[in-house]
Amino acid sequence: MRPVVSGRFHRFFYDHLLNYLLPLAAVLAALVVGGLILWLQGVSPLEAYKAMFLGALGSKNGIADTLVKATPLMLVGLGIAIAFRGGVINIGAEGQLIMGALLVTYLGVTFGERLPGGLGILLLLLAGAFMGGAWGAIPGWLKARLDVNEILSTIMMNAIAIQIGYYLLRGPMIDPAELAAGTNIPHSARLPKNLDMARFTDVAKALGFTKRARELGLEGYTAQLYGVLAEPTRLHVGLLFAILMAVLVYIFLWRTTIGYKIRAVGLNRHAARYAGIPVERTMVLSMTLSGAFAGLAGAVEILGLHHRMFEPTAVSAGYGFTGIVAALLGGLHPLGIIPSSILFGGLLVGGDKMQRAMQVPQVLITAILGLIVLFVVSTDYFKRRLQTRRMVEEEVFFEKESGGEEVEEALS
Amino acid sequence: MTQELTLAAIIIGILHSGIRLATPYLYAAIGEMFAQRSGVLNLGVDGIMLMGAFMGFFVVYQTGNLWWGVLAALMVGAFMGLLMSVVSITLQAEQGISGIGLYMFGLGLSSLLFKTVLGTVEGVQGFPELKFQITSIFSLYDIPILGPIFFNHSILTYLAFLLVPLAAFILDKTTWGLKIKAAGQNPEAADSLGVNVTVVRYVAVTLGAALAGLAGASLSISLLNIFQENMTNGMGFIAVALVYFGSWRPYGVLAGALLFSTVNALQLWAQVLNLPIPSDVAVMLPYLLTIIALAMPFRRAAQPAALTRPFTRGEN
Repeated sequence: MRPVVSGRFHRFFYDHLLNYLLPLAAVLAALVVGGLILWLQGVSPLEAYKAMFLGALGSKNGIADTLVKATPLMLVGLGIAIAFRGGVINIGAEGQLIMGALLVTYLGVTFGERLPGGLGILLLLLAGAFMGGAWGAIPGWLKARLDVNEILSTIMMNAIAIQIGYYLLRGPMIDPAELAAGTNIPHSARLPKNLDMARFTDVAKALGFTKRARELGLEGYTAQLYGVLAEPTRLHVGLLFAILMAVLVYIFLWRTTIGYKIRAVGLNRHAARYAGIPVERTMVLSMTLSGAFAGLAGAVEILGLHHRMFEPTAVSAGYGFTGIVAALLGGLHPLGIIPSSILFGGLLVGGDKMQRAMQVPQVLITAILGLIVLFVVSTDYFKRRLQTRRMVEEEVFFEKESGGEEVEEALS
Repeated sequence: MTQELTLAAIIIGILHSGIRLATPYLYAAIGEMFAQRSGVLNLGVDGIMLMGAFMGFFVVYQTGNLWWGVLAALMVGAFMGLLMSVVSITLQAEQGISGIGLYMFGLGLSSLLFKTVLGTVEGVQGFPELKFQITSIFSLYDIPILGPIFFNHSILTYLAFLLVPLAAFILDKTTWGLKIKAAGQNPEAADSLGVNVTVVRYVAVTLGAALAGLAGASLSISLLNIFQENMTNGMGFIAVALVYFGSWRPYGVLAGALLFSTVNALQLWAQVLNLPIPSDVAVMLPYLLTIIALAMPFRRAAQPAALTRPFTRGEN
C-alpha cells in the first residue's frame, strides 16, 4: 500500500490537474501527428507551426481575428455542452447557425431601418436564437417521440439548412443590386448600419481612448495589445456577449432546477425517470437550447461581422464542427469553453496565415481538429480508469481504518 | 432537349442511373451493417469514403492500374477502421463523437493530400461500362429496355450488388456471422461461450471500413472518375442511416440503397429535363427522405441490443 501522506496530492491530481493535463496532451499529440504529416510532405513542421503561432498571436490584427473567430465558437460550444450534458448529441450546429443567420438577415433587411439600434440588435439576437432553437427542436422532438437517432437527423438537417439558404439567397432574399447586375451571386442586401454591433474601437473611443499606440509612445508587443483594444480591427462586442453567455450557462446548468434536470437526464436517464423528471421533454429542451445558442452564433456573425448573408457554408464556416471540438476540449464546462474557443480561434486564424506563408493548405487544420476529437474522447478512458483506481484506494484506506482486509485482497 | 427524349427513354435513364448510383451506398452501408451488427456505431464512414476516394484516384493516376486503385482504397479504409477500433473498442470512447472525429480527420487529410500531391489533376480513365459482348454482333446491352438498364454498368457496380447475398450468407450461415451478431446482441453471453468479443468487433469494424474505402473509390474511379474536396457530400452519413432503414439486414439495406439512389437519379433528371423545381430544393430531397426513413416505426426491434455499448470482460 502507498503511504497515506500522498493522499492530498493524489486528490488534487485526480480532481484538478488531470482535467487540464489530459486535454492539453490531446492537443499536443494532434499537433505532433499534424507535424508528421507536414514533415512527410517536405515542409518543416517547426517553421509551419511558427508561422501559425505568429499569425494568430503575433500582431493586433491576428489577435483580433483570433478573438473574432472565438466568438461564434464559444456560442456554438456552449450549445453543444448543454446538449451533451443532457445526453443528446447535437451535430447540427452548422444548420442551426445558418437558419439563425438567415432569419436575422431577413428581418434586419426588411424591418431594420424602423428599429432603433440597441433594441433592434437585441430583438434580432432573440430572433436568431429562436430560429436556431426551432431547427434544433425538430431533431430533439423526433428523438423523444420517434426514437430517431439525433446524430444522423441533425446532420441531415445541416444539409437541408444549407439548401434552404442557397434557395433563399438566389431567390427571395437576393441583393437587388446583384439582381440588377445579373451576376446572380447568392448574397443578400446589407443590413442597415444602425444594426451593426459596436466594434471594440468604437467602445474605446466612447470611453475616451482616441489615441493610437504610436501617439502614446507604445512600442513592440504592448503596442499590438493596445491596438487590439483601441484601434480599428474587426473585433466586435459579440466577444463580450459570448463570455457573458458562458457565465449565464454555467449558472443555468449548475444553479437552477431545470439545469439540474438536464444534467440528471444526461448522467442517467433511467434514474432521472425514476426520480420523476420528464426525460423526453427535458431532452427536447436540451436540444432546443443547444440549437438556440448556435442560432445566436449565426445572429452575432451577421450583426457583428458580415452585416449581410452570403453562401451558407461560408457563413457557418465549419463552426458547427469546430464548436464541438471546443466544447469537448473545454470539458463540456461553460467556463472551460472560453479558453478552448480562443485556442481554436487561434488555430483557424493561424492555419489561414500558414497557408499564405508556407503554401500548406488550411484543410490541415480540419484534420488536426479531427485528431483532437479522437484523442480527447480516448483520454476519457484513462480518466475513468484512474478515477476508479482512486475510488478503490480510498475505500482501502477507509477499510484499513476500520480493520477490514477483504478489499485489499480484492485489489491485488 | 425535352422534346427529343421520349418518356420511355427518360424512365430507362432514371432506372439506369438509379442502379449506378446505388454502388457507393451499397458498399458503405453493407460495411457499416457489419460494424453495427457487432455492436459498434462507426459514424466516420464519410471520412473513410473520402480517404478511399482519394487513395483510389491517386493510385490509378500514378499506375494506370484500376485494381491497384481498388486495393489501395480497401487498405486505407481498413487502416481508418483500425484507428476507429482502437479508439472506440479498446479505449471505449463515446462512439457518437469519435466517429465525428474520424470524419473530420478523413475530410481534412483527403483534401490536404489532394491539394499538395495532385493539385491540378482533372480526371482519370476509370472502370469502363461493360456491355457484355456475347458475339461480334450481339451484346446483352442490345436487349431492348432491359439492356440499357441492366447491362451498361462498371464491374464495381455489379460487385456491389453481388456483395448483398454474400453479406447475407456470411451473416446467417457462417460461424463468423453468428459471432458478429452475438457480439452486438449480448456480448456478455458471447464472451461466456468463448467468443472473443473484442477481436470480433475489431474485424467487423475494420472490414466494414475497408468497404467504405471501396465505396469512396467507386465514386472516384468508376462513377465520376474525378476527385474533389468533400466529394461524398454526406453520402457516408446517409449510408449509416440506410443501415437503420434496412433494419440491419443486407436485403433491407439493398432496398434502402435503391430507393435513395433512385431519388437521387430523379433529382438529377429533374435538372436535366428542366422541370420547374428549383435545383436547391431538389438537392434537399435525399436528406429529407433520410429523416423520414429514420422515423419509420417498423425497424425498432431489429436494433442490435449492445449497439454503442463498450464491452469489458468481467463487468456486469
